[in-house]
Amino acid sequence: MKHWWWKSLAIGLLLFASIAALWTPLSPALVHVEPDRIAPGPMEVLVTGYNSNFSNAGSSISFFENDGQRFCPERTEVVDDRHLRLFVQVPGGLRSSMTDLQVGQLRYPGAFYTQELGEGIADRNCEEGHVQDGVFTFPNRSILYESIRNLHFHVPMWFTMIALMAISMWKSTQVLGNTSLDRDRDALAAVHVGLLFCALGLMTGALWARATWGAFWTSDVKLNGAAVTALIYLAYLVLRGSVPDAHKRARLAAIYNIFAFMLLVMFLFVVPRLNAVDSLHPGNGGNSGFSDLDLDNRLRIIFYPAVLGWILLGLWMYDLRRRTSRLNELLEQ
Amino acid sequence: MIRTTEIAGLIRLEVALDLRQRASWAGMLLYVVSAVYVAFLAVKGGMGTSTWNALFWIILLFAAFNALARSFQREDAGRQLYLYTLVDPRSVILARTIYNALTMVLLSLLSLTFYVLFMGDHALEQAHLGQFLLAVVLGGIGFATVLTLIAAIASRAGNGAGLMAILGFPLVLPLLLAVMRASKLSLDGVAWSVTSTYFLGSALLDVITLTLAWLLFPYLWRD
Repeated sequence: MKHWWWKSLAIGLLLFASIAALWTPLSPALVHVEPDRIAPGPMEVLVTGYNSNFSNAGSSISFFENDGQRFCPERTEVVDDRHLRLFVQVPGGLRSSMTDLQVGQLRYPGAFYTQELGEGIADRNCEEGHVQDGVFTFPNRSILYESIRNLHFHVPMWFTMIALMAISMWKSTQVLGNTSLDRDRDALAAVHVGLLFCALGLMTGALWARATWGAFWTSDVKLNGAAVTALIYLAYLVLRGSVPDAHKRARLAAIYNIFAFMLLVMFLFVVPRLNAVDSLHPGNGGNSGFSDLDLDNRLRIIFYPAVLGWILLGLWMYDLRRRTSRLNELLEQ
Repeated sequence: MIRTTEIAGLIRLEVALDLRQRASWAGMLLYVVSAVYVAFLAVKGGMGTSTWNALFWIILLFAAFNALARSFQREDAGRQLYLYTLVDPRSVILARTIYNALTMVLLSLLSLTFYVLFMGDHALEQAHLGQFLLAVVLGGIGFATVLTLIAAIASRAGNGAGLMAILGFPLVLPLLLAVMRASKLSLDGVAWSVTSTYFLGSALLDVITLTLAWLLFPYLWRD
């Protein structure tokens, strides 16, 4: 166990990242208003928050904002931490058809569709809510909601898979020099573990896609890339299976592996840029990436350790796999 | 590095072999015609441009697999070994790839002719014809470059067409997607500025594939 330190690092990083990814609460947000359209006159609005703390005095102070002009509710009734009833006299003559709502520090842009527009109103001097408590939270964003935690599981799987496939390709280039059966065994072990991470990435991705896009599988460049990766490496296993002679198998598999990895890199990193408009993934095709959400690096603090931890775990599994297959071969002889 | 006289000689050898075995070319053509005719019988009636395009590329893909599977199978192991002692193995793979690319260009243009003949040319009405033909030609060359190396691997593995399909399908997919998209866009009559990225992408894939074939083939032919 001379390499014990990186294994403990893997365990530590994975424990930290997984617990933090699941434990960290989502930042509070306003999720629903009832009714969602306003017209001049007295209105009663029920506001629903998520992870909010309305019973705290400072965080239930609210105002409406229409095109930079504010007006305040006449009376606020706190139902509970998540529900707030606002009684407001909506002034006539608002300019914009979208009225924002702010409760405490929480903003709900375009909360109300506004009817009977006019030339503007006199700005009222509304009290602003206090700053919320500084708990460590994840960004809360519509559509994503709690599923944002999956970022720390789904994405590292693909990083790990790419790392393992790259190791496999590197070992395959060594096979070509001297047809080393040891290097061939290493390449195969890396592909086995890489395929496991591919399967995990597909599963976490399918669940995430169901939660956010509404379907387990969609026609998306990155999904096509994942499917092709799986097919290529399953074909690699079939190729190995169809050659009985060990040295010939090692050489053929190595050639296919190098060729396949190069085309895979093209497919994963070049083709998506050709038709980026098609992708549903964050950061592609005009979708905002997680970096836009993650203004204060809260996701990154957990994401980078998660990536490193999963890659180290992948390497550890690869190491175990190649050692057990070597022992199995020795036992058979 | 690249021995042009050797390559030219090997291409002449391929041409001579094909002229001697005309049945193999006839077989390839018959395969395409049958596939187009089956598609014609199955579709019956109108179909949109995107279906027209997709069906054409599927037929061409299968025709390519059928045509290129034979490229390393028509000689037995002894004659291949003799060939490799006479010339640089790299010349063999380059010559075969070039010859297969020529074959595929011819085959894809013939397939297109038969396809238009049976399925109608309504999809070509608004098309940017130069772009579409370029997509067909680039697609043919791309299939040839990727599948020649795969055919070599499959024939070395001693399990011809079946293994070649399994190994080849995922690897031609990037190219197939790029040229399919390019040909669909050109059928819609889109400007060069939009489609050129796809053409450049498929050309880049061809170059990378050819380089890899050049680098890897010397390890492949040995037993």
